[in-house]
Amino acid sequence: MNTFLIWLNSFGSPEKFHRVALRFEPWLLALAVILGAAALYLGLVKAPGDYLQGESARIMYIHIPAAWMSLFIYGFMAFAGFCALVWHFKVAELMAMAAAPIGAGFTAVTLITGSLWGRPTWGTYWVWDARLTSELVLLFLYFGVIGLYNAIEDQRKGARAASLLALIGLINLPVIHFSVNWWNTLHQGNSINLFAGKSSIHESMLWPLILMAFATKFWFGASLLARTRAALLEFEAGKEWAQTALYGPRRPQA
Amino acid sequence: MPDSPDDSVPLLAARGLAVVRQGEPIFGPLDLELRAGEVLLVEGGNGSGKTTLLRVLAGLLAPSHGQILRAGIESEDLLAPVGFLSHATGLRADLSPLEQLDFFACLYGVRPGIAAMAALHSVGLAGFEQMPVRRLSAGQRKRCALAALLHTANHLWLLDEPYANLDRDGQILVDRLLEGHIARGGAALITSHGLIEPQLSRVRRMRLELADA
Amino acid sequence: MRKGSVLSAFFGVIRRDALSLWRRRADALNPIWFAAIVITLFPLALGPEAAKLARIAGGVIWVIVLLASLLSLDALFRADLEEGSLDVMLTSAQPLAVLAGAKILLHWIATGLPLLAITPLAATALGLSPRALPVLLTSLALGTPIISVIGACAAALTAGLRRAGMLLSLIVLPLVVPVLIFGAGAVEASLTGASTTQPLLLLAAGLAAAISLGPLVCAAALRLGNH
Repeated sequence: MNTFLIWLNSFGSPEKFHRVALRFEPWLLALAVILGAAALYLGLVKAPGDYLQGESARIMYIHIPAAWMSLFIYGFMAFAGFCALVWHFKVAELMAMAAAPIGAGFTAVTLITGSLWGRPTWGTYWVWDARLTSELVLLFLYFGVIGLYNAIEDQRKGARAASLLALIGLINLPVIHFSVNWWNTLHQGNSINLFAGKSSIHESMLWPLILMAFATKFWFGASLLARTRAALLEFEAGKEWAQTALYGPRRPQA
Repeated sequence: MPDSPDDSVPLLAARGLAVVRQGEPIFGPLDLELRAGEVLLVEGGNGSGKTTLLRVLAGLLAPSHGQILRAGIESEDLLAPVGFLSHATGLRADLSPLEQLDFFACLYGVRPGIAAMAALHSVGLAGFEQMPVRRLSAGQRKRCALAALLHTANHLWLLDEPYANLDRDGQILVDRLLEGHIARGGAALITSHGLIEPQLSRVRRMRLELADA
Repeated sequence: MRKGSVLSAFFGVIRRDALSLWRRRADALNPIWFAAIVITLFPLALGPEAAKLARIAGGVIWVIVLLASLLSLDALFRADLEEGSLDVMLTSAQPLAVLAGAKILLHWIATGLPLLAITPLAATALGLSPRALPVLLTSLALGTPIISVIGACAAALTAGLRRAGMLLSLIVLPLVVPVLIFGAGAVEASLTGASTTQPLLLLAAGLAAAISLGPLVCAAALRLGNH
């Protein structure tokens, strides 16, 4: 509880946030690497191959957690953006904008792994599967937010405009998912599904997924803090605390 | 808003108002007060933040520090319409002055007794009422914007460099409009470089220096 | 209607935008010419075989309407910003959502409605099956206002930017994917015999949501430029 309160408090002041972030980053990164390695070991080595798709299905241990993250990060970005719009917190603005490229990255990973998964299963590098198509639209939503943020000169104004866009996108996201699913059934009869109709997953397949899910979350945390810190330092470069953080305490004049 | 402004409560007041952008102070902190029946002239050189101050008072920009009181009520946002004049006149190029005035009237409401044609005539645009604004000179467009101010019913005027783009006759016109406005119980805050001296019966001055770091 | 009331402000904005549109009516019809030209591009690209064109006609028309609507979005708030009338609207203390709603309505009347009018021509040109035409028109009538609303919000966000056209399209298109899916999907359903009520009802629901929430979001986006 104490840690959580420290966290909450740090949002108000850029300097406090910087110190807190600096402390937590290495731990998050370490956790991410450890859990990720464990997940990959369990998934790629220990777990059995899929009874339908064989070894190629192992890519799902990256594909599925990446897909989860792509959605989670969008929600996080919209939430941070909401805080930025309502309370004008500088840290919230920078955090929301720092999350965007990370989310776009996970979306791209989802698409690429999905494409690679599709090759041995369907014979082509791309199928208009409902989830892949949704992910593609999500990627464009991310690009819109990133593009808008970069296009506006005043950084704070840009962050708030992009945050509003992210919120609009968040409301739209369930509608997009629903419509793409509907579209898939309309045109195919049955939906194309990469994850060929599995209702229950064998236990040995579940653990790598869960571990990887945690690993990606920790990695996101570390990456987000690092990016936000960097953006914060750049933004506040003129201030005393930033100078100290970057160059060390000021040496007394000779 | 009451029809006759209460003289004891300032129409507009600011306390500790300041704007800081990207770490650079634009103006302030400053205090000011504007009462009915007077003109406040804010003078300052280029870059002293006059336009920004005006935009903050007009509710178009949020201040970084300080409060704004409108008719005694603390509020950054406008509680009543404000007659605002800036370098961008708010006139659309394809429309004629009459059509522009109609648009302003629809948004702000009309001041009884001053019809659109009469307002245009009194600013010297007789004969130009139907001409698209595109074909008017900068001075004529300014006069059209002034006619809109005259035609609409706003107690408070915030004018950014009202004398700009006008010849000597135009400057006399602005003075006349301001006198009429404060005689009717309105108030005006105008900014100026300081080159032109307003000839007014009741004007207070305020100097805006470049903000200290 | 009393001058200075919300209603008069609403109609004042519409009248002014309509007047300036009428004064530049050659320009105003650009989306229509664009749509007409692009429609002829498809037979040129795919060959004149009637069956092939008829099969894709519904979807093609929907995409063209979508793209043509985007063309006039960039200019929606640009003039207001440059000439200072956005400041006028803000200092008038009128509810900004109402004024934004007026501009959105006019955008639809100026762009969506004419596109709707030439749809029967386009449908004939591409050989769309006649029984699908009423569905196409209904879906467009429901969908084009939604596109105007979403487009206006995006235009408000990008209002001050130079050459914002591409960015505007990038922002709007993912957001209108559901409209396209349900609209074109309704036409597809009418051709294959599936139910058209579901997608059309969903479009109608979307329209209701867009009309009630859109102007508020648009106003918030316009205010962002100032705060």
